[in-house]
Amino acid sequence: MSYLRLENITKRFGAFTAVDRVALAIEEGEFVCFLGPSGCGKTTLLRAIAGLDFQSEGRILQAGRDISALPPRERDFGIVFQSYALFPNLTVGQNIAYGLENRGLPRRRITERVAELLRLVGLEDQGDKYPAQLSGGQQQRVALARALAPSPGLLLLDEPLSALDAKVRLYLRHEIRDLQRELNVTTIMVTHDQEEALSIADRIVVMHRGRIEQLGTPIEIYQNPATPFVADFVGTMNFLEGTVVEAGRARVAELVLECPTDGFAPGDRVTVAIRPEDVVVRAVTAETRNRFAARILRTDFLGPFLRVEIGAERLGAVRLLVDLSINLVRDLDIELGGGLEVAVPPERIRLYPPGAG
Amino acid sequence: MATAAPAAPVRTVLATRADAWLTRGFILAIMLYLVVALALPLWTVFVKSVEVYRFTPERVTVAFFREGAWEPARSLAAWIEETGYVLNDGLRASERSRERLVAIIPKKARKGVEKYRVRDLSEEGGLLLLEGRLSRPGEVWELARRDFARLRLRPESHISLDNYRYYFATPALRSSIRNSFLTSGLTTLIVIPLAFGFAYALTRSCMPFKGLFKLIALVPILVPSLLPGIGLVYLFGKQGLFTPLLMGHDIYGPIGIVMASTFFTFPHAFLIILTALSISDARLYEAAEALRASRFRIFRTVTLPGARYGLISAAFVVFTLVITDFGVPKVIGGTFNVLALDIYKQVIGQQNFQIGAVVSVVLLLPATVAFAVDRIASRRQVALLTARAVPLVPRPHRRFDVAMLGFCSLVAVYILGILVMCQLAALFEFWPYNLSFSLKNYDFDRMDGGGWAAYWNSIRMAGWTAVIGTAIVFCGAYIVEKIRGLVQLRAGFHLLAMLPMAVPGMVLGLSYIFFFNDPSNPLNFLYGTMAILVISTIVHFYTVSHLTALTALKQMDPEFEAVSESLKQPLWRMFTRITVPVCLPAILDIAIYLFVNAMTTVSAVVFLYSTTTALASVAVLNMDDAGDIAPAAAMGMMIFYTNVGARLLQALSSRVLLTRTQAWRLR
Ligand SMILES: Nc1ncnc2c1ncn2[C@@H]1O[C@H](COP(=O)(O)OP(=O)(O)OP(=O)(O)O)[C@@H](O)[C@H]1O
Ligand SMILES: [Mg+2]
Repeated sequence: MSYLRLENITKRFGAFTAVDRVALAIEEGEFVCFLGPSGCGKTTLLRAIAGLDFQSEGRILQAGRDISALPPRERDFGIVFQSYALFPNLTVGQNIAYGLENRGLPRRRITERVAELLRLVGLEDQGDKYPAQLSGGQQQRVALARALAPSPGLLLLDEPLSALDAKVRLYLRHEIRDLQRELNVTTIMVTHDQEEALSIADRIVVMHRGRIEQLGTPIEIYQNPATPFVADFVGTMNFLEGTVVEAGRARVAELVLECPTDGFAPGDRVTVAIRPEDVVVRAVTAETRNRFAARILRTDFLGPFLRVEIGAERLGAVRLLVDLSINLVRDLDIELGGGLEVAVPPERIRLYPPGAG
Repeated sequence: MATAAPAAPVRTVLATRADAWLTRGFILAIMLYLVVALALPLWTVFVKSVEVYRFTPERVTVAFFREGAWEPARSLAAWIEETGYVLNDGLRASERSRERLVAIIPKKARKGVEKYRVRDLSEEGGLLLLEGRLSRPGEVWELARRDFARLRLRPESHISLDNYRYYFATPALRSSIRNSFLTSGLTTLIVIPLAFGFAYALTRSCMPFKGLFKLIALVPILVPSLLPGIGLVYLFGKQGLFTPLLMGHDIYGPIGIVMASTFFTFPHAFLIILTALSISDARLYEAAEALRASRFRIFRTVTLPGARYGLISAAFVVFTLVITDFGVPKVIGGTFNVLALDIYKQVIGQQNFQIGAVVSVVLLLPATVAFAVDRIASRRQVALLTARAVPLVPRPHRRFDVAMLGFCSLVAVYILGILVMCQLAALFEFWPYNLSFSLKNYDFDRMDGGGWAAYWNSIRMAGWTAVIGTAIVFCGAYIVEKIRGLVQLRAGFHLLAMLPMAVPGMVLGLSYIFFFNDPSNPLNFLYGTMAILVISTIVHFYTVSHLTALTALKQMDPEFEAVSESLKQPLWRMFTRITVPVCLPAILDIAIYLFVNAMTTVSAVVFLYSTTTALASVAVLNMDDAGDIAPAAAMGMMIFYTNVGARLLQALSSRVLLTRTQAWRLR
């Protein structure tokens, strides 16, 4: 039995459907990310789970209990918003204690628990400060501590890191992950940053126009994107127009590539998808499959790697993006206008219906 | 994986929990308050305005018992035809008109009559009145001679537009419309440039004493609008120091009204324009200067357009204030009639409630239009405000700064001059004839108007208004802004909360007479109490307070409530622990706004006070009316000092609060 089950959740705002028949099961202790572009309904879905906005249709079950129509107060979750929503007139300690009060806990227990949480998020000596006196990252941790204080069964995070600068973000994302593992609290995090989702989640829910586009582990999502949308949204992807020649072979311009063609018949028009980092340039020999000669038409220095645009005689006007590590560039002496032998491993090629990308 | 279950519709509930009932109950309670204390009374004004009274003598018959037998009954109409008697002296009958039957039937015709039988033939009844008793439909009264002499005929009421026809056909009444527009328009034309110049000097010049000038500009808010009238009478009246400046014109009349209205509307216009000017973007000025635009050109192309909505808004606010004010024309209007004063005269002077209601409706129209324009303009201004602007820091410019200082000093002298005049008049034995110092003008208990008790009543009334009003207004605004769900209910409530601004005080007061003084109204017991004064004053000043509270609440993170709910805390706890403390400065602002206005207001309460609840501002009016002008000035100044004290108290408590509970504001 899953810890949290969403059955057929739909949310409409007037005639507009923000979340469309979403079904999902989350296991206890799991860290799940809702990933998708702006406006795809991530926040709406999260707020439905929290009971802050009720779904128009569908059921939500938490720990076997139907919570579909319960107000937030009677559900079991803690939440952190992008703005943190820290109470400005309460100190850090009082903010964390806020959710512990009014429950019949003795004063001493509350004080202990607050100290424990402050230690947990590394703010031991900041308890008497006001939120305005803390940095963004510290405020974020206070918000986290406040949400975790009553030991909720479910932690909801709505873009908790997006208000921070890149460095702090990177650091905090691991902290959140460690904290989650330590407490083993089922967690849902909303983000539109694919890197964040890939690095932090046990499973990712990719959303698009209110629907679940794909559900899977980060590796599955990245390596086997179920749809062109996922392929494009997570990582970078070359989409090339092509035709299936026969089982196991597809042609792009004049170039015939070996690739899995399951689900397509010879003569079908298809979109051939290749990730830039999957194009091989080292150790390409005569035996290497899907090998062809190419020329470097443009280079784009991106720090750890070089993104190059290549063309080939057999590709005609079609261009392909290829990522090359700086190491490789140095070793192979790659430069603008130069030629090189490249290959695409067949198992790394994916076909989608035509018109994608 | 979860399978797609059949779609089960979910009730979008606020859940039937204590909180939900609490908030719903609260909305309904406050809405009920606004409906009972505003909407229903206003409705009665419309109803009254189409109520027409007419004597119907054909529906009453009288029979004589003479010489042991009843003679045939005859209608009063027949008697009138025979004698040519003129009912009500030929005037339009009103609600309170009465005719004695013995006046209609001549004495000689009644010779030897021992008993009378009178009969009410109307469907509604109530045509006959004897010692407070009304006849029922078709009822026959048998009366002895003595009772018959006391019997009175009452007019019957109909629904018709006759009152409006009469109003527009009567030149004396109709001319008030033109007069009102004249004085309001003139005042607007004078105040807006003055207020603009003053605000411009404060934001764009480097003249000294800016803080002081700002304080002086706000002084008129603290006094009743009657006071400038009184001050001007002293300054420009028959024995005034500056009367020659009027070159033979009389201060009593439009000149006085415009001069006094300029005084009391100045701060309102000034504040709006000041806000509009403070938000202009320094970058625009830098750009204009880089293009070598002249000072005048910059003014025309950057300053004026940036402040245009503020100017429009200020103009309509001033216009509304003047056209709805009755204190100024009452004191200094002389024989010059204006709409707001007409309501007072019709109701208090002539007891003609129907015509009072008609004038009210006529006055509601321009007030509503002006209100709508002001709302639209200020919304646009706010839109400008949210743009990220770099504040402008003025640079010294000697000639300009000196000119601005001169201009502001003139305005300040005008404002302070009127106040000082009132204070002097109050402190001398008899200005300007006997200039020995005396406190006799403060001996209010020896004058008509309510005495010192009125002053204490005012303080009590203002205190209650501030406390109860702030609580109601803030809770109401909180519900409008922060509660999820109940969308329509909240929108309706917001609309109701905006309504009071469009309702002139005189109209509000009159509507209360109609509504609460009706013996069949279960709330009738409120009439003549302190409670009704508090209720009406809260409603009268509801809108501005509501908007202040909304602004403060909008600045709070919209997710606070969600977080609090997720932490399983009840709404009231969130409200008392977070919302109220964070909004405390705004709450104090609202309280002081209500207090000051409750101290100075005359228009609504003048219809509602009773002998035990006379108010200081009303006492000013009544003492002035009775010719005790110096005591009126003294009382007016008492109101001023009280308001100054209240403001100081507020400033002090905000400071203490700021250091104690608002430590988080200071980083
Ligand atoms: N109260 C509302 N009324 C009408 N439409 C709404 C409302 N709230 C959200 N929407 C719409 O629903 C869609 C999904 O909104 P949602 O906030 O869930 O997006 P999101 O995925 O969280 O996007 P972002 O990354 O920008 O936060 C959007 O198109 C939005 O305009
Ligand atoms: Mg969102």
